Amino acid sequence: MTIETREVTWECLAYSGVPARLYLWHTGTLNVLEFTFLLWIGSMFGGFLGSLTGLGGGVVLVPLLTIFFKVDLRYAIGASLVSVIATSSGSAAAYLKEGFSNIRIGMFLEIATTLGALLGAYLTAKIPPSAIAIVFGLMLIYSAYVSRRTRPRSEIEMPPDPLATKLKMNSTFPDTAGLRSYNVYRVPAGLGIMFGAGALSGLLGIGSGALKVVAMDQAMKIPFKVSTTTSNFMIGVTAAASAGVYLSRGYIDPALAMPVMLGVLIGSLMGTRVLVKTKTKSLRLVFSLVIVLLGIEMLLKGIGGKF
Amino acid sequence: MLVPNNHTRPLTTAEWYEEQVENTIAQLLRGGVLLSACVVIIGAVLYLGSSPMAHVSYRTFNGEPEQLKTVHGIVRWAFSGHSRGIMQLGLLLLIATPIARVIFSIFAFAIEGDRMYVTFTLIVLAVLLYSLFGSFLVA
Repeated sequence: MTIETREVTWECLAYSGVPARLYLWHTGTLNVLEFTFLLWIGSMFGGFLGSLTGLGGGVVLVPLLTIFFKVDLRYAIGASLVSVIATSSGSAAAYLKEGFSNIRIGMFLEIATTLGALLGAYLTAKIPPSAIAIVFGLMLIYSAYVSRRTRPRSEIEMPPDPLATKLKMNSTFPDTAGLRSYNVYRVPAGLGIMFGAGALSGLLGIGSGALKVVAMDQAMKIPFKVSTTTSNFMIGVTAAASAGVYLSRGYIDPALAMPVMLGVLIGSLMGTRVLVKTKTKSLRLVFSLVIVLLGIEMLLKGIGGKF
Repeated sequence: MLVPNNHTRPLTTAEWYEEQVENTIAQLLRGGVLLSACVVIIGAVLYLGSSPMAHVSYRTFNGEPEQLKTVHGIVRWAFSGHSRGIMQLGLLLLIATPIARVIFSIFAFAIEGDRMYVTFTLIVLAVLLYSLFGSFLVA
């Protein structure tokens, strides 16, 4: 961290909220107190939208920090990763009690995600920031696409998969009609995608929940509710695997991560509460559009070498 | 594939046990997050109170001082009262929350007598501990 005068750029003015813009217009600089407060509000908003739409707070945090707050990409992914752990652990408490998540599936797949996360975190130092920004942009656009897609599910009767049976993955989950049982398929494919999800998580400082759900819901044919809650459960452990590497490289700055982590935590908990009460279809659409725009911005800046 | 159960049946002993495990994990995670948030807030109050009008920039990456990069460095700096050290200790506690969850799962699987899953969980724990304590080897 360096202490220096903060200049106002045109992008900064165009992107920040109206009060922030007016304030910057008058003073031209931000002190620690203002910077921390604006970051806290911004992260809270990000965490709120992230949990409301199911895309996770981390997805918008890195663009928020790098584009709006002019934070270096490495500090941004460090702060984002920490907040990902906070959201995962904070909301896992709520999900676990509902009995949807499958601890065995989660633990087994975490072998792949944590190893992937180590690889991803290792790569952050080897790959130039602009290339990371390009990957980030593509990932944003892809997650927006995944969240919009309707998934047709063929529910044909299939005999239980021998490997999944051996791994004791077949289980039940509570439904309106009592306990419903389900079988798990294509474990190796799931493991492969999970390794990729872990690597992306470690490389970009995100939870990569979208990819984890794809692995479980699409590849392994696990019921959607079980997939999403188990994914949320796994995100914290995956992120913890790259957090150690981030810490030893100096990517985690406490003064930057503090408002981000506290903001995302509060925002996502509020989002979980609201989620139960409201229909979020139009909000999801708006948020997906915002994510696509942020993705394009990251992509263009990465291609232009501006990181 | 979903096979609906025709009737709601009472939980078996194994299912009851797993529900207890899940509840305990939920409490553990919530407690960990709360504790770390409290430590971070204490550090934040000290940090913001000490020099609120200073100017700050994260535009260029300079890394962190050695004290904020290792587990023992962070603990030592936090206990000597540095506000940035205290905030980092809170973040370290947050990183430790999923690790505590994994350690708890090892015991839960062991009590159930599930050796296969004890092994899987030990592998995950080894990766996590390697990242936290041995990652200077790759970094």
